[in-house]
Amino acid sequence: MSSYRPSSRTIIILKCFVHTIALVWALYYYFLAINDQLGSDPVKAIIHFTGMSALNTLLLTLMISPLAKLYRLPWLLRFRRLLGLYAFFFACLHLVNFIFFELQFDFSLFIEEVIERPYITLGMAAFVILFALAITSFKRLQRKMGRQWQALHNMVYLAAILIVIHFYWSVKSDIIEPGAYVLALLILLALRRAKLLSAYYRRSN
Amino acid sequence: SLEVVKSNSDLVSDTLTPEAKVISHNNFYEFGAQKNEPQENAQKFNVDPWSLTVTGEVEKPFTLDYQQLFSVFDLEERIYRLRCVEAWSMVIPWLGFELSKLIKRAQPTSKAKYVAFKTLYDPEQMPGQSSRFLGGGIDYPYVEGLRIDEAMNSLSLLSVGLYGKTLPPQNGAPIRLVVPWKYGFKSIKSIVEIKLMEERPPTTWNILAPGEYGFFANVNPEVDHPRWSQASERRITRGGLFTRNRIKTQMFNGYGEQVADLYRNMDLRKNY
Repeated sequence: MSSYRPSSRTIIILKCFVHTIALVWALYYYFLAINDQLGSDPVKAIIHFTGMSALNTLLLTLMISPLAKLYRLPWLLRFRRLLGLYAFFFACLHLVNFIFFELQFDFSLFIEEVIERPYITLGMAAFVILFALAITSFKRLQRKMGRQWQALHNMVYLAAILIVIHFYWSVKSDIIEPGAYVLALLILLALRRAKLLSAYYRRSN
Repeated sequence: SLEVVKSNSDLVSDTLTPEAKVISHNNFYEFGAQKNEPQENAQKFNVDPWSLTVTGEVEKPFTLDYQQLFSVFDLEERIYRLRCVEAWSMVIPWLGFELSKLIKRAQPTSKAKYVAFKTLYDPEQMPGQSSRFLGGGIDYPYVEGLRIDEAMNSLSLLSVGLYGKTLPPQNGAPIRLVVPWKYGFKSIKSIVEIKLMEERPPTTWNILAPGEYGFFANVNPEVDHPRWSQASERRITRGGLFTRNRIKTQMFNGYGEQVADLYRNMDLRKNY
């Protein structure tokens, strides 16, 4: 359908654009929170903002390959790692906010929360996965790890599932917003039906 | 502004939560489930005319109109800590009168063992009542209840104002309950009916999630919410992200001296 192929220079400009949006977006929210301008409870607000940003960026990352296939835009794939790393970046901020500002460095409370609260357990598990994916995201390591790299990075689907449940379990009563995320994730997973099933059968053989 | 005959301000050492935060950080799902939505969606809420009916197991049921809410009883200022079940808290100067005065005026019968409260049901004015998107998926009207001895405790307040003025709509105008030793969701807003009953009345959050929210809902640092700890809380005051505002939660929100007796011989883990 489309044969548009951006030059390397255009790709670099687009990547700078992504960096600018993500960083300015984050800095702007922190500026508001630090100056007590992010609602009445800036701590809750910044935790929510970084958590939702991590989830949104991750879903955006998972949208890239279906879009690239559907519209035959292979160059889109060159943004997948960048967005994935920003999902991890926001997840890091989310966790740091929780420990620094919500729990205010009460580490025993942190351990207790991770063990006792299922939604926090899931959130931490997802964070560990994203951490593993982030530190193995270099091209050189990818070549070195070969097939194992792909197996490891397929864990991104598990992380996405855990994060959506983490969000679902964290809200007090409203199920519509988390429900919409469940639906979006199911669509993204359904688009990869074949790949996920074959990976599953390969493992169980 | 409202005229007040006495105040407990000399007994309270907690720093007040700034008025701007008290009126912009609200759980009032009738106007939206996000904390900022009630302030945004409630400003056109019409509270005059109003009618508050006191009925049920009483000798002399009666109804108060809008003016009477402010004139039948002397108003006093009560500075109370408010502890939300979500583990944040505020300190708020309420204006109002003791719930016991209202109940005594109706002369409860010997069958009056519980007090049931009901919020206005008016989906045209309260968009959360007609929209699942706004209203958080709870059944309306919002209902709450107290045991009669809890209701008669001198801490139980019917509030008609805060910070010297009538209540803003997002805080439960024109009249709301304040029960400072219980989680905030017990303190029902915009009340139209108070009914004395022999049976324990249903309560909104208990209906929605009985494993998470009990009938008593006393502030208790030893009984965690299934999804988060209740051992500590963050006090909403002035200041941004770096304010060190995490404090230990006190049993009965620090009002044990006045209310612990109400729960003698009760297992508070079971009766959460």
